[in-house]
Amino acid sequence: MLFAGTPFELNRIMLIRLLVVAVLAIWLLVGTSRLRIIPTRAQVVLEFPFAFVRDQIVYNTLGEKDGKRFYPIIATIFFLVIAMNITGIVPGLNIAGTSVVGLPLLLAVIAWVLFVYAGLKKHPWGFVKNALFPNGVPNPALYIVITPIEFVSTFILRPVTLCVRLLMNMVAGHMLLVLCFSATQFFLQLILQQGNFIGLLGIGTFAFGFAFTLFEILVAALQAYVFALLTTVYIQLALADEH
Amino acid sequence: MDLAEITGQLAPLAYGVATIGPAIGVGIVVGKTVESVARQPELQGRLTGLMFLGIAFTEALAFIAIAVAFIPFP
Repeated sequence: MLFAGTPFELNRIMLIRLLVVAVLAIWLLVGTSRLRIIPTRAQVVLEFPFAFVRDQIVYNTLGEKDGKRFYPIIATIFFLVIAMNITGIVPGLNIAGTSVVGLPLLLAVIAWVLFVYAGLKKHPWGFVKNALFPNGVPNPALYIVITPIEFVSTFILRPVTLCVRLLMNMVAGHMLLVLCFSATQFFLQLILQQGNFIGLLGIGTFAFGFAFTLFEILVAALQAYVFALLTTVYIQLALADEH
Repeated sequence: MDLAEITGQLAPLAYGVATIGPAIGVGIVVGKTVESVARQPELQGRLTGLMFLGIAFTEALAFIAIAVAFIPFP
């Protein structure tokens, strides 16, 4: 731990987060400093994820008019989450920046504030009515049951599941990798120190560890996509008109 | 010895039980998406997005189960 004992003490995960933010900022600053109309190869690598977020996530869900307003923050969330997730498989860092609760919680709170703000700003009464008193209920007395359920699911469970989904994906992935590679090390020691050929099982655990490393790349990208997509969908639901 | 008595670390067992539902759910979501893409291949892009959305909702239950395992019950 750096600066231990002071209010600024940094553990390993905090250092990784700071490193990720620095790398992300430098990449974006340097990458966008000399943009060409005919893109170079580095510029294509930079532009592709932006275009993906804009077209596949934001415009596809919100449409172009509302999408323009929310695209910057959705893109920020997407890039932050994917960069923090990917450190889980970078050799030497080996733990995701999102694998302790602080960052997913912050992002979930941001998403919550975002969709509540979007709904309240567009139509304060309509947002509350859509969220708490949905149409199509046969008997008004049923609102006694439906309203508390809708309240819990919209305003409490949405941010909680956003946070828990991201956090637990990263925790579970890290644990799988730890399990596979510590087993590999155990078997390797068995074969080197005691000459015990049960240690050959280490080949299998190493192969599984490698496979799960590849799987973790997929999970890192997928969770960033899902987080950004869900935030967008929640905004879209909050902006939806009364019907 | 009581056969119904279980002691020790129960969290993995509970997680194993808790994954059954989400596993079936994710299976249905993906299977139906494959079916839809087979019917209308031109909608593949949109259906994939919807599929991941559905998976994300279903999968959340399994991840809540992992989170519960970390809560220290007395």
